[in-house]
Amino acid sequence: MTPNAPRYLKETPSQTAGPYVHIGLAPEAAGLRAVGRPLAGDPAAPGCPGRRIAVEGVVLDGTGTPLRDALIEVWQADHMGRHRHPEDPRANEVDPRFRGFGRVCAGFEDGLWRFETVKPGPVPWPGGGLQAPHITFWIVARGINMGLHTRMYFGDEPEANAADPLLAMIEQPSRRETLISRPEPDPGGGPTVHRFEIRLQGPLETVFLDV
Amino acid sequence: MSTPHDYLPRDPAWRTPAFAPFYKTTVHRAPRAPLLSLRNTLSEITGPVFGHDDIGPLDNDLIRNYAQDGEPVGERIILHGRVLDENARPVPGALIEIWQANAAGRYRHRNDRYLAPLDPNFGGCGRTLADDEGRYAFRTIKPGPYPWGNDSNSWRPAHVHVSVFGRAFAQRLITQLYFEGDPLIPRCPIVRTLPDPAGVELLTARLDMNAAIPFDCLAYRFDIVLRGRRATPFENRPEGT
Ligand SMILES: [Fe+3]
Repeated sequence: MTPNAPRYLKETPSQTAGPYVHIGLAPEAAGLRAVGRPLAGDPAAPGCPGRRIAVEGVVLDGTGTPLRDALIEVWQADHMGRHRHPEDPRANEVDPRFRGFGRVCAGFEDGLWRFETVKPGPVPWPGGGLQAPHITFWIVARGINMGLHTRMYFGDEPEANAADPLLAMIEQPSRRETLISRPEPDPGGGPTVHRFEIRLQGPLETVFLDV
Repeated sequence: MSTPHDYLPRDPAWRTPAFAPFYKTTVHRAPRAPLLSLRNTLSEITGPVFGHDDIGPLDNDLIRNYAQDGEPVGERIILHGRVLDENARPVPGALIEIWQANAAGRYRHRNDRYLAPLDPNFGGCGRTLADDEGRYAFRTIKPGPYPWGNDSNSWRPAHVHVSVFGRAFAQRLITQLYFEGDPLIPRCPIVRTLPDPAGVELLTARLDMNAAIPFDCLAYRFDIVLRGRRATPFENRPEGT
């Protein structure tokens, strides 16, 4: 090797999380006494500033069957579009109760997952402009060799979504729709529930991201 | 315009493909459309930060963190290594979570129906943070191989599941580590989803006699490499700055 040759390593390859992912990442759900305390639940604790929402859905395989062994991680900005992370220039303005990271398991019987949070604000796009409010999703399960990245945008933000630079990169309008939630406002004034189905295959296959 | 913050794109010839029909579960679960490639935004270069508050004193010691009234059975081992990025720099503060079967190949999970026994003193779950030089260590029991339903006589090589958070959500990784010398490694359909044999080598933990504790436990070394960042000798500045 020449003295100035750059030294790059190869990334450790991914392998499936398998069916027993709960033991390590959600021991409470596996029926295990947790080590330490649970690492993550909802992204925003009750009392965080912002509009409270719930998000729920299923992950469907190519036959339309819900996955009952999936684990989903979510990551999001706060209600003003700021992340709790040192590389966000506005990180020190984030409310201490807001973490932005959540972990949920598909139900062992029905595959349904659900979390509560606050609706994120718009996030800057590199080089200028804003992205529409969105929540980042990462999905692992048996039969998924590499965690799948995607995003959920909000069905009640049509103007922001129409101007979003990532959504604009998706050529087919029907594919763009796979990233947009179906909001169901609560007539009683409770949190709006955003429904979001993630389809691994088929004509309505969710757009997954190479981030 | 390129920012110095971008993570290196994943190499399509190296990454584990979604569709691998000999691993049958992928057939109905692998997305078929190409992934949408995008520049990193703040949503990808940020991610959750973990600290010592997230870790309990026994979390990295699977020999003791579930023990009821004795020691778990099986081969006592230390699993240790470093978390680096593709630029060969350590990733301090990386969170490593592991889970595994017991010495008999049985998981403590409601859905594991294998006839091998549970060990009342073994849970199979641990977590730790990498130190300032990216080093981490667990103490555990070497897991046993177990059968699974891919083919009528499929056996998983002994393995530990490993989940890692670096600094950014773009670095998120879940993988499995195998043990040097296991004849089941090349027969495993999940191992064979890796497109490059060099990838299998990176997932193989090596016996490390120098880290063994005499009359107590053997040691295996497993280094983890997360995505690195683009080097930009010439930075294009946005106009007007
Ligand atoms: Fe396993």
